[in-house]
Amino acid sequence: MTVPAVREHTAEKNWIGKSIPRLEDRKFLLGRGGYIDDIVVPNMLEVALVRSIYAHARIVSIDTADAAAVDGVVAVITGAQAAELTDPLPDFGPDPANHPWRCLAVDKVRYAGEGVVAIAAESRAIAEDAAELVVIEYEPLEPLVDPLAALEQGAPLVHETLGTNVAFHREFTFGDVDADFEAADRVITDTLHWGRSGGQPIETVGAIADYDHATGMMSIHANSLSFTSYLFMLAGTLKVPSNKLDMHPVPAGGSFGSKLWEVKTPTIAGMLSKATGRPVKYVQDRMENISNGDHHGSDRRYDVQLAVMNDGTLRSIKIKTVEDYGAYIQFGVGHHGNALAQVTGPYKISSVFYDVTAVLTNKCQQGAYRGFGSEVGNWVIERMVDRAADELGRDPADLRRQNFIGPEEFPYFIPTGNVYDSGNYGGVLDTALELADYAGWRERQEAARAEGRHIGIGICTCQERSVFSATEFWFWFDEPAAPVSSMPESVTLDIDALGNVTATLYSCAMWGNSPETMVAQLVAEEFDLDPQTVNVVYASSNQGLPATGPGGSRFTVMVAGAIDGASGKIKSKAANIAAHLLEANVEDLAWVNGGFEVVGTPTARKELAEIAIQAHLFKHSLPDEIESGLEASHVYDHPYTTMPNDDRTDLGVFYPFMGHASHIAVVEVDPETGKVEFLDYTAVHDCGTMVNPRSLSGHIVGGTAQGIGTSIFEEFVYDSDGALQTPSFAEYVIPTSMDVPSLKIGHQETPSPYTPHGIKGGGEAGRMMAPAAISSAIEDALREYGVRVRRLPATPERIVDWIDDQE
Amino acid sequence: MSTEQHHISLTVNDRVTDAEVEPRLSLADFLRRHLSLVGTHLGCEQGACGACTILVDGESVRSCLMLAVQADGSEVETVEGLASNGELHPIQEAFRQKQGLQCGFCTPGMLMRSLELIRDNPTITHEEAREGLASNLCRCTGYQYIVEAVVDAASEMR
Repeated sequence: MTVPAVREHTAEKNWIGKSIPRLEDRKFLLGRGGYIDDIVVPNMLEVALVRSIYAHARIVSIDTADAAAVDGVVAVITGAQAAELTDPLPDFGPDPANHPWRCLAVDKVRYAGEGVVAIAAESRAIAEDAAELVVIEYEPLEPLVDPLAALEQGAPLVHETLGTNVAFHREFTFGDVDADFEAADRVITDTLHWGRSGGQPIETVGAIADYDHATGMMSIHANSLSFTSYLFMLAGTLKVPSNKLDMHPVPAGGSFGSKLWEVKTPTIAGMLSKATGRPVKYVQDRMENISNGDHHGSDRRYDVQLAVMNDGTLRSIKIKTVEDYGAYIQFGVGHHGNALAQVTGPYKISSVFYDVTAVLTNKCQQGAYRGFGSEVGNWVIERMVDRAADELGRDPADLRRQNFIGPEEFPYFIPTGNVYDSGNYGGVLDTALELADYAGWRERQEAARAEGRHIGIGICTCQERSVFSATEFWFWFDEPAAPVSSMPESVTLDIDALGNVTATLYSCAMWGNSPETMVAQLVAEEFDLDPQTVNVVYASSNQGLPATGPGGSRFTVMVAGAIDGASGKIKSKAANIAAHLLEANVEDLAWVNGGFEVVGTPTARKELAEIAIQAHLFKHSLPDEIESGLEASHVYDHPYTTMPNDDRTDLGVFYPFMGHASHIAVVEVDPETGKVEFLDYTAVHDCGTMVNPRSLSGHIVGGTAQGIGTSIFEEFVYDSDGALQTPSFAEYVIPTSMDVPSLKIGHQETPSPYTPHGIKGGGEAGRMMAPAAISSAIEDALREYGVRVRRLPATPERIVDWIDDQE
Repeated sequence: MSTEQHHISLTVNDRVTDAEVEPRLSLADFLRRHLSLVGTHLGCEQGACGACTILVDGESVRSCLMLAVQADGSEVETVEGLASNGELHPIQEAFRQKQGLQCGFCTPGMLMRSLELIRDNPTITHEEAREGLASNLCRCTGYQYIVEAVVDAASEMR
C-alpha cells in the first residue's frame, strides 16, 4: 500500500459539526437501555463462579458433591472439565502454547480471584449458595508480586512450561541513537513508575449464550467483543464451527477498552449452555470484574534518558521499560507497539531506543484501558520534557513550542516509521494558554507563594493517534510476519420506499460513545435528511459484514468511510433512476438538497423519496439493468498502512491519523495532607473535523476525569501475599463529581488529508493527556520541596511521603 | 438460608403492588426481576456507585442495600415513573439537551438523585448540584454536563 490520495474537503456542511442531541439517549433516559442484565430469556440459567482465594497455588482436589446437590443447581463444572469442553481462550500473546489461558484454572491458580469452578443454577442466588459448598484443597505456592523479583534467577514460575517469567523481551533502535547521544550537550535521566488502574465501567461484562443442539448454532448476546472479523477465534474456543457462532451486540454500560475483546465471559456462558442444553446468563459482579475481568491497565517501570542541547533542542530518547503483565498476556506487548506510534510526542526527536521486558506475575492480567499504553508513553515523554525545562531554566510551554513539528512539515514520519498526517500544535498551545490565562495564573501563583500557598501549573502537549491497522500486535516478531491488516468497518444503508433510511452496523459499536449519532449525522450530510429520522440497527455477526468496532479511536473515521462508500453506490443508482424518470442524461444531473436535478433546470428534479418508491415498486418501468430496491453496503478498509521493514528499524505506518491536545492544570497542594485541589483546568483538542462537538467535549471531560483517577486516586493494589487490596469500589476509588473540576474546553480543527471529511479519532481523549498535566502541576506546586512526581497515582499519602523524603 | 416467603404491599410509580418475596431479596432485585423494572441498574451491589438509586417515600436510597421486605408499605419511585406516554420529564429532557449521559448506565440513578435534589432545592446552583451528585458515580461524563443539566432542569421546573 502506498500513500493515499489527498482528499478534498468541502467547507460547507449541513450536519457535520452540529451538536445535535444524541440518537442513543431517549432509551437510556427512559430506563430502556436493553443492557445485558436486563435481558431475560425463558428457561434461562444463571452463573456464579468459585474463585481462587490464593494468588498462586496448586489445586490438590475439588469436591463439588454438596454444591451439585443443591436444589436448583443444574451444572457444576471444574476447570479440568472445562478444559475438555473448551479449547484455550484466544490469545495474541507471544507464546500461547506455553502460557495457556483457559476460562477456568486447571491444576493451579495464578492469581487471587481466578475462576476455578463454574455453577449454573435456576438463579444467581442459588448458584452463589452452591458456590459456598464447593470444597477446594489448595497447596499454596510462593506468590510473585514484584515484577523485578520475578525476573531473578530461581524465582518461582507463573507458567512452568514457559521456563521463565519473561514473556517477551526485545529492543529496537530507530535512527542513529548513539550519534545523537554523543552530540548532546546533556543527558537527562529519570526513573518513572505508572501504576495499575483500569477502565471499571459502572456496568460489568456479561453474556447470554443459547446453544441449540438441533442446529449446532451457538447464539450469544454480549456487551463485550467487537472485532467481528476475528470471532472465528472464539468459535474455536467454544468448539463450534465458525459459521455457527452468532454474536448479538448488546449496548455496553461503558467500556473504556475493558469490553474490547472480553472472551472469557461468553466462553463460560457458552460452555454451560452446551453442557445444560439451556440458555445461560453470566454477568460478572463488581469483585469479579475487578479481580478476574482480564482488563487491568498498564503497570510500567521506566528508565529513561533524554538527550538535549543547551539551546533546548530535543535530540534523542532511550526508553527501557519493565511491564508487569500479570498472570497471562492476552494482547502480547501490543500496548508498547501502540506507544511506538507516537513515542516522540509532537516533537522533532530524531532517534529512539526502546527496550521492553514483559514480566508475568501472580496478578489479574492486563487488557485494554483507554489509551492502550499510549497514554503512558505520553506521560513519560512529558515528564522528561518537564525535567528538561527545569534543567535548562526554560518555560515549559516555550520549550515545547521550540521542538514542535511545524504545521508545514506534515505528513511527518517519526523515527519508528509511523506517520503523523497533519497538525498545528502551536495553534493548539496558543489557544490553551489563552483559555487558561496562563500568564495570569503565573502571577497568581507567585502571589500565593508569598502567602505560603502551594499552587502549581502543569502543561502538557500530547498526541492522540487514531485508527490502528493492528501491526502493533505482531511487528515485535521477525517470524512469522503477516501482511498489514485492513481492520475493516462496514455499513449497509437501506432507503425504503418512502425515502426513510436505515443504517445497519456490523460491530458491537455502542459502548457509551455515540455510534448512532455519528452515523445519523454522516448519513444526513450525504442525503440532506434530518439525522433524528435515521434508524440505526446492529446486525448480529452471523449476518454480518467485516467489522472491527470501536477501539483505538477508530470508529467514527472508519464508519464515515463506509458511509461515504455506501452513499456513493446508492446515489449512483438513484441518479440513473432519476435520469430515466426525467428523460435526461445522467451526466447532466447533480445532487442538490435532497434530490437529483438537471443542472441549470431546478424544476426538472426528483426527490429521494420519488426515486425510492420507483426503485422499490416499479422496477419494470426502469431500464433492465436496474434491480429493485435502493440499498448498498460498503466495507471500508484502513486507508493508510504500510509494512514494517525486515529488520524492524522501520515499523511502517500503522496509526496515521494524529490528534493533538494541550491540557493546562492548575492545582493547589496541601503539603500537610497531600490533598490536591483543582483550581482551574483547560483542555484544547484537535481531532480534525468534528462531527458532534458536544459529544467530543463529553469524551474530553470524561477522559480527563479518568485521567484524574489514574493520577491521584486509582490503583489495583496487591499485598505481598498477592491478595488484592482493592476488590471493590470502596477501596478502588474512582473520582466523584467533587473530585473533577469544571473544564474549560477549546477545539481546533486540522482536517486529516486522508480521511472522509477530514475526521480523526478522539474517543480516548482526556485520559491520554490529563496524567501528564496533573503530574506537572503537582510537581510545580511542590517546587520548594524539590519533589518529583515519578510515580502514579500520586495519592495524598505518597505526596506527603515524597515531601518527607526531601526534608 | 431462609426461603420462607413474606407478603409485601407497596406502591411503585403510583401502582399498588402486592408480592410474596424471600426475606433476602434486595429491593433492586425485586424491582428488576419481579416487576421487570430493569431501568434500575446494579453497578456494585454494595452501595458505593449509586446506579441503583431510587426514591422511597421521597428520599433517595440505594436499592441494592435495602431489602424488598423493608419497603413494605412504602411509596417507591423509579426511572420508569418519570416520563409520561414517552414524553420526557424536564430532568430527562435537560440530560438529553446537555448530553449529560454517554453509556446511560448510571443515568437512572442520576436522574432519581437529581429529582430529589431539585425537589429539596428548586433554586439549586452548580456548586450545590455538584456536591449533591457526589453520591453517584459516573465513569463516562466527568459530571460536568450532568451538573449543567440539573441546574437547567431546576429552572425549567420552577
